[in-house]
Amino acid sequence: MMKSGTDLLRNWIPDFLLALALVLVPLILPRLGFAQDTINLVLVFGLFGIGFDLLFGYTGLLSFGQAAFFGTGGFVAAYLLVNLHFPSVVLALLIGTVAASIVGALAGLVALKRTGIYFAMITVSIAEMFFFLENSPLSAFTGGENGLAGVPAPKFYLGFTTVTVGPGWKMYAFLATFFFIGMVLARRIVTSSVGHVLVAIRDNALRAAAVGHNVKRYKLLVFVIAAAYAGLAGGLLGVMQGYMPPDAFTFDTSGQLVIQTVIGGLGTLFGPLVGAAVWLFLRDFLQGSLGLGAAWRLALGIIFVLLVCFLRRGVLGGLKDLVSHWRKPAHLASDAHATRAEPAPDAAVAVEPPAAAPRTRPNGTGRTEPILVASKLSKRFGGIVANADIDFSVEAGELRGIIGPNGAGKSTIFKMLTCDIASSSGSIVFQGQDVTRLDVTTVCQLGMSKSYQVNQLFNRLSVRENLTIAALARLRGAFRFDMLRSALKVPGLVEQVEETLSLVHLRERAEASVSELAYGEKRRLEIGLALATEPSLLLLDEPLAGMSPSERADTVKLLKSIRKGRTLIVIDHDMDAIFDLTERITVLSEGRILLEGNPDEIKGSSIVQEAYLGGVHE
Amino acid sequence: MFSWANLMSQMFNGLVLGALLALISSGLTIIYGTLGVLNLAHGALFMLGGYSGWVVYHATGSYVLAVASGSIFVMLVGIAMERGVIRFFYSRPPEDQILVTFGLGIVFVEAARAVFGSLSKTVSAPAWAEGITSLGFMMYPTYRLMAVGIVSLALLLFYIVLYRTRLGLIVRAGIEDSPMVDALGINVYRVFMVVFGIGAMAAGFAGIVNAPIAPITPGSGDDILIQAFVVVVIGGVGSFPGAILGGLVAGEILSITSMINPAYSQVMLFAVMTLVLVFRSRGLLGTAGRE
Repeated sequence: MMKSGTDLLRNWIPDFLLALALVLVPLILPRLGFAQDTINLVLVFGLFGIGFDLLFGYTGLLSFGQAAFFGTGGFVAAYLLVNLHFPSVVLALLIGTVAASIVGALAGLVALKRTGIYFAMITVSIAEMFFFLENSPLSAFTGGENGLAGVPAPKFYLGFTTVTVGPGWKMYAFLATFFFIGMVLARRIVTSSVGHVLVAIRDNALRAAAVGHNVKRYKLLVFVIAAAYAGLAGGLLGVMQGYMPPDAFTFDTSGQLVIQTVIGGLGTLFGPLVGAAVWLFLRDFLQGSLGLGAAWRLALGIIFVLLVCFLRRGVLGGLKDLVSHWRKPAHLASDAHATRAEPAPDAAVAVEPPAAAPRTRPNGTGRTEPILVASKLSKRFGGIVANADIDFSVEAGELRGIIGPNGAGKSTIFKMLTCDIASSSGSIVFQGQDVTRLDVTTVCQLGMSKSYQVNQLFNRLSVRENLTIAALARLRGAFRFDMLRSALKVPGLVEQVEETLSLVHLRERAEASVSELAYGEKRRLEIGLALATEPSLLLLDEPLAGMSPSERADTVKLLKSIRKGRTLIVIDHDMDAIFDLTERITVLSEGRILLEGNPDEIKGSSIVQEAYLGGVHE
Repeated sequence: MFSWANLMSQMFNGLVLGALLALISSGLTIIYGTLGVLNLAHGALFMLGGYSGWVVYHATGSYVLAVASGSIFVMLVGIAMERGVIRFFYSRPPEDQILVTFGLGIVFVEAARAVFGSLSKTVSAPAWAEGITSLGFMMYPTYRLMAVGIVSLALLLFYIVLYRTRLGLIVRAGIEDSPMVDALGINVYRVFMVVFGIGAMAAGFAGIVNAPIAPITPGSGDDILIQAFVVVVIGGVGSFPGAILGGLVAGEILSITSMINPAYSQVMLFAVMTLVLVFRSRGLLGTAGRE
């Protein structure tokens, strides 16, 4: 791990380089044919795009309605300055930003009720509604189709003289200052715990919720952040032009932002800036030098389609790929080395992993108390009864197996216990607390975690990052607002991730991306994600599914080694493994509990044989 | 000012607009339901239908020919889109599909602008549908009445294809469970091409039928696209009956509100969509669980 001194340095170097670049721009870009106004507009759209990149590039939420917040921020600031003769431009900009954030929160509450294409459609519609609101019902405030003219230039009283920020390079400096602050903040957000969770939501929102993050609130948070950036940028547009145009609210504005961000490169923060530069430069170039006139948009449209088809990661993403392509040979060699150096799972199991007793939960109970009690649990899907009157209890420290023939209702009861689906009737009590109507996130925060039958990993992240996301949920709770603090500074995080890496024998593969892992390794990471939340009760849904016999044997060993200090419930088809692993088994059949007992009792039971084979002793 | 005649006439306007929206949205929703692709170029296809119909109408003077060639042209554009671009995006994330159709929409709109210019084009109603018809209680433009009939026929045809043919069966099964249809040995990809063609054709057909009612401009599909989104959200994504119901609801909201205060008509439409989302987020006739 890095020392905090160099850490600090490393944190600030990019900021310093950015400041330097912003200072150098006026010296370089005009020589490349950029007009002054174009450069200023690039900054405004670059700032607008930082928020959008956090929303789409980092969190995966594609909004086509950012114009709503751009316009709101812009018109609130312009109205304050033009009609109310507000004395301070900066203060008006900030109020505009706050207004856009509030509007963003309200819009987010509606739009975030759905995901995917619904989300895209709803954001479009909301933005369109704002456009119409601005245009007529609110035209007394906004000037309707005329917009608001006469937005004053910012003035700063410096004690001895007053500086008026007129158009040109003074305005550039004013805009660059805001861009710089916006970028520094965004970089902090990205490296913070919140930033990690956002990326986790993009990769696998289901799992992010299951390891204990309040996905809805994080989505709303990033939506509001994006709205705030949009609002500030909108205000700056009015100040820069001395005029707030009504087309800030149009679908075209939202679309242009999307296009620029994709051209520049998603998930890079600088992408929108680069994209805006490319877009506006091409506009000037195609219109002016090539004399294309209005056809410039056609040319840009074609360029955009080609980019989406062939260079999806945009200009910056493409550059990154190119750089890593050159570095690849060295990288591959070290990778191969790492694979060779990895001890065989057998050997790793022999080395006793550091005992990682889970922390006692405040509401933890003594060992002899049942940790989980389900009573009269039933689930009906329409007319079909999946489970009926399940009475089920597990002692703390137990390793319980649940078996049953296909269709016995194993999956349904598992999903009810983990609060993935609500039961039709009955109750579940976990550590003395009624969790019947709680959701996955909340029960995970209470100490009940699970692994999935089909791997649910954060596929674009490394093994270490995967476990970091799970550990953060345990250490920070379901939601926390620590956006500007590096995730590495969360106390206990590094230790907990290292501990889990050892437990599931993935220490040597910590830096590998999930896509590079072998199937068995992915299964171990799947269990690791559940373990990293330090559960007191761990539910494993078919942990042996799809494994080769030797992988099965290793996993059984792994499960035996992690049971220390934990309670485990394992559902599986593999009867031999369950008999070997558990000391108490619940047999389900046709949605009901058939029998409960130790492996020998189960093996010898004729009722169980009958359930599986259907009438052995005729 | 409020009067019963005015209200009736606005309700008829709402019916015309609603029927058109229903047809356009059916295309959008069937494409999404079957292929899983949200076609942001759908509004542009509506616009292309208008222009291609206009070209044929001016060359031949025949409304029927204009409607036929306009919709066939847009169907071919749709098929070319699917074969040339969209099919490479089935395995890519939904965001990429949205981006590429968005880009194609821009290309269509700007291509139309380059060819036809920004000024609007108008198509006059055919001779057999000119003038005004008396409905007994009020007078109403004949072509608008005809338009409702024509669009209803198209919707009926759409219904027959979807619910009475083998292709329709596959499409509806595909909306329910596309991997399963694939597993049954049906060539889903050929079905995808046909569905995209039919969906595009619905938009193109509506585009040319609408031409005598509203002038054609390169941007005339933009508002239609967004209204079709609202229709689909209100009706339920992937639901053909939902698109029809949603279309009629949206058409009436727009017309009746604009009688009371035109400034609020669009706002009211989105307000209703928000209400539907809050209280019944899968849409009026949508199936639960579909995203």
